[in-house]
Order: sequence, then structure tokens, then C-alpha cells
Amino acid sequence: MTHLGAKRFLIAAIAAAAAVSAFSSSFNSYFLSVAIDVGVNIILAVSLNLINGHTGQFSLGHAGFMAVGGYTAAVCTLRLSPLIPPELQPALFLFALLAGGLLAAAAGLIVGVPSLRLRGDYLAVVTLGFGEIIRVLLQNSEFVGAASGLKGIAKLTTLGWTFGLAAITVYVIASLVNSTYGRGFIAVNDDEVAASAMGINPTRYKVVAFVIGAFFAGVAGGLYAHHKQFLSPTGFDFMKSIDIVVMVILGGMGRTAGVIIAAVLLTVLPEYLRSSFADVRMIVYALLIIGLMMARPQGLFTLGPRKAKSA
Amino acid sequence: MSQFLQQLINGLALGSIYALIALGYTMVYGVLRFINFAHSDVLMLGAFAAYFLNPSIERTFGPQSIPGALLVVLLSALICAALGILIEILAYRPLRNRPKLTVLITAIGVSLFIEYTCQHRSVFRAETRPFPNLFPSRDFQWLGLAVNSNDLVVLAATAVLLTALWFIVQRTKTGTAMRAVAFNPQAAALMGININRVISFTFGLGSALAAIAGILYALKARGIEPLMGVTPGLRAFTAAVLGGIGNLPGAALGGFVLGALETFAGGIPAISNYRDGIAFALLILILLFRPAGLLGKPQTEKV
Repeated sequence: MTHLGAKRFLIAAIAAAAAVSAFSSSFNSYFLSVAIDVGVNIILAVSLNLINGHTGQFSLGHAGFMAVGGYTAAVCTLRLSPLIPPELQPALFLFALLAGGLLAAAAGLIVGVPSLRLRGDYLAVVTLGFGEIIRVLLQNSEFVGAASGLKGIAKLTTLGWTFGLAAITVYVIASLVNSTYGRGFIAVNDDEVAASAMGINPTRYKVVAFVIGAFFAGVAGGLYAHHKQFLSPTGFDFMKSIDIVVMVILGGMGRTAGVIIAAVLLTVLPEYLRSSFADVRMIVYALLIIGLMMARPQGLFTLGPRKAKSA
Repeated sequence: MSQFLQQLINGLALGSIYALIALGYTMVYGVLRFINFAHSDVLMLGAFAAYFLNPSIERTFGPQSIPGALLVVLLSALICAALGILIEILAYRPLRNRPKLTVLITAIGVSLFIEYTCQHRSVFRAETRPFPNLFPSRDFQWLGLAVNSNDLVVLAATAVLLTALWFIVQRTKTGTAMRAVAFNPQAAALMGININRVISFTFGLGSALAAIAGILYALKARGIEPLMGVTPGLRAFTAAVLGGIGNLPGAALGGFVLGALETFAGGIPAISNYRDGIAFALLILILLFRPAGLLGKPQTEKV
């Protein structure tokens, strides 16, 4: 993907999302809802791919960033919406999403700092612990509804917003990784010692990966909040992080196109299974993960420029 | 002071359950270098095995007899040891030489498979069932402390099991083989150690400990359900990392520290709601200063 091509793709994708969104009222509301889930999961998976795939820092706390963004955005629209004239509501939504993203990015900075010293399983535990801490804090904050959840969030997320932002996420992360600066993420993943010998500061790249990944996860959280119109701390537990990790691994670590396809597939597939094998769908999902790991451990789709790393 | 001692006893009882589970995580990590996410489900299966075995054994030995209870625990441990070995042969052995991440995701898959299968309506269903009191239960009053006999059972069982484990690992031929495989699998294989057998043994041992821990946890919680292993599993995994993953005394120490912390935090009203978060916050703090855990040796990277 050349840079010019990437920009064209971005503009085309946003235009297509806006156009489809204009007709969205004529779609079946169930399909529309699944489509928005797909878009949100694309943002989550592509942003986690920057941390786990490109930079090779195994994070299990992506749902935590999503929760920070989701709650921030929801509180923004809930508190500010009565104070603002109706014609500015879309601007408020954008502001809320950005605020959610920025706060999640700040959380990413806080998590990124321990990652300077930790690697592998230790980092996985710290990010997991971070996600759990966020959940416990939310569960005990009366301000955001505590354990009973945050209700009455306005339905602001549309197909256009979701896929427009998904396109921006893909564009920003793909062009970041393909830039001269972004090669550093891949260098840190491949060999940290060699990378630092070449004058790359691994610490900085790791923190940048966490901050940018968390920002987009926060935006996805905001979209999710204004789509489901209800947030509960249990919705952002360890299992949610695992779901996103599975998307990244199935898509192939560090392969943006593959990760997008995996995000679409893993959102649509459980919905499809819901109609035909309602009570065994999660068992089938678990078997699918095991089967795929045995048959195609490098990821289902080996698309994109990233070459497989040995060992 | 008596309040402190009371919390200490409660914390030790909880911590010893975490320690038993953490040992399974850390032993598997020692030989195979990956986190066995399905370990927390083996724990749940252990409690369910005891639940289903208990009625028929009570019929022979009478209710709450100590030999009967020990038999229930022993049989459940054997069942889970077999299950642990089976999981390793079916799911992890085909992936032996693959990247660790592949095995990790497979382990998550195995864990989800067991959880969802057990929640299915034709297996255990998702409801909570009351867990029988296997041992005669009494409350002791001593120096102003209230101690339940189940807590004493937990402490005694942990003391016996930790000693037995220390003996197996340090003093037997199989234990020596385990340590050799953990140290360097290739060299161990060259010395004539059957690696597959050692790994199977490790899984069996870890799963048996998990089954016993599951029964003890169910005795304290008084109820069992298919997702009961998730929370203690996550805590024990944290404990294993806290102590330095791959390090056996570290896992036991981590378990006791985490159990005590959780209990003490739960005893202070101002922060009791945050106790789940406090354990993790402290873990992060400790890892900031000791990145390889409390007893782990920092690894120097070779270029």
C-alpha cells in the first residue's frame, strides 16, 4: 500500500461509510447493530495489533482502555448534552469520543511505563491487572452507576461514525507502521537488543505503541457506549480483552489486513451461530480457536507485508 | 491485636489455597514455558468430581467421616490428574515446538471449551450448587479468635501437600528429572530423560494439587458452579508471577502474600470494596521494583 493509495483508500472508505449511513434507516436494525459491532471490533483489533502484533508487547488489558474511553465519552454526553443547542450535538459526540480516546491514551501512558522493565508473561500480568483495577474502580464509583452500570446513554453511534473512525484507525496505524519512524516498532518486536544498537529507543517505541493503541481503544469504547446505550463494568472484564487478542492472533500478528478480516469474522460468526446452534455456539467458538491454532498458528490470513518471524 | 490475628488466620487459609493453585501454574511454566490457562478449570472439575463422588462414598463410610472425606479428595485428585495429562496430550503436545504464543492461545481455547461445555444444560448447567461439608465442621473459640475447622483443614492440607511436593521435587528421581527438564530440556533429553513422561507427570501433579485446592475452595465458598475457578485461578496466576514464575517456593510465597493482602484489605471498611484491585496494584508495584518477581532470578539477555 503506497502512501498515495492509502490516502485514497481512506477518503473512499469514509465517503462509502457516510453514504451507506445515510440509507441506514432502511436496513434491518439487527443487521445494522451487528455491522456497528463489526466496526467497533475492527478499531479494537487494529489498535491492539499495534501493541501486540507490530511492537510485540503482549497486552491483556485492552478492554481496560476501552472501558476508560467508553465511560469518559458516555459521561461527557450525559452531562453536557442538556447544556448544548441541538445543532451542536454531533460536535459534542466528536468531542466526547476524543475525550474518551485521550483519557484512555493517558491510561496507556501509565501502563506503558511499567512495560519499560517487564517483558513477556510479566507484562501480560501487569496489563491484565491494570484492566482488573479499572473494572474494580468503575464498580465502586457511584458517579458512573457503580456495579449496576451507566444507563440512558444517547444513541449517537451510526454506521457512518463507526466505519469512518474505523477507516481513520486503519489509515493512521498502517501509515504509522509503514513510515520511517514506524519501522522502529517492528525492529523492537524482532530484536530489542539489535534495535537499540541501531539507535532505536525501545522504551520510547513501546510507550508510543501503548499510548496510540489505547487512544483508539478509547474511541472504540465511546462508539460502543453510544451504540449499546448501557455500560456495565463486567462488560469490560478479562474475557473481553481475550476476545480482542484472539482476533489479532487469528488475523496474524502484525498483519493489518488479516486482523481486519478476523475482526469481521469473529463478530459475525458468533451471531451466525446464535441462530443455528444457540446453545453450543460458545463451545464451537472455543473449538475453533484450538483447531485454528493447531492448523494455522501463523494466523488465518497471511496478508499484508509483515514477514513471519521464526520461533 | 486479636482482630489482626483473626485476619491473619483467614488470610493464611485463603492464601494456602492460592498457593496450591499457583504451584500448578508455576510447575507447568517451569517445564513448558507457557501459562496453562486451563488450570483454573481443572480446579473447578476437581470440586465437581468431589461433589459427584461424595454421595456414594458417604453411603459406605457414613456422613462427614474423615476417612471418607480423604477418599473423596484422593479420588478427585486422581481424576483431575488424569484429565490434566489428557489435556496436555491432546491440546499441548502437538504444539510442542511451536511459538509460545500459539500454545498460550490454545490454552485459552481449552479453558473456554471446558467452561462453556460445563455450563451447557446437559452437563453441569450454569447454576450454583451447594457443596457438601466433607469434614465434620465446628467453630473453635480460642483466645478470642473464631476459627472454623474447615480453615484448619485447609492449613493442615496445605502444610502436608507442600512438604510432599518439596520431597517429590527435591528427593525423588522423577523430581530431579523435572528440575532437569525445567533447566534445559535438550540437555535433559540427551541425558536419557523421557521428556514426555516428565511433562505428563508435571501436569498430573499440578492438576492433582488444583483439584485439592478446588475442593478446599468449595468448602470455604460452600457452593460450586462451572465458572468458580476463574477468580481463584486469576489470583493464583498473579501469585505465581508475584513469586517469580517457574519458582516453586516463590509460588507458595506469592499465594500467601496475595491471600493475606486480600483478607486484610477486605477487613478495612474504607477500602474493602477495592480489595480485588489492591492485590493487582501491589503486584504492579512489586514488579516495578523486582521485574522477575519476589524470588525469581533476573535473566540477563544474551545477544
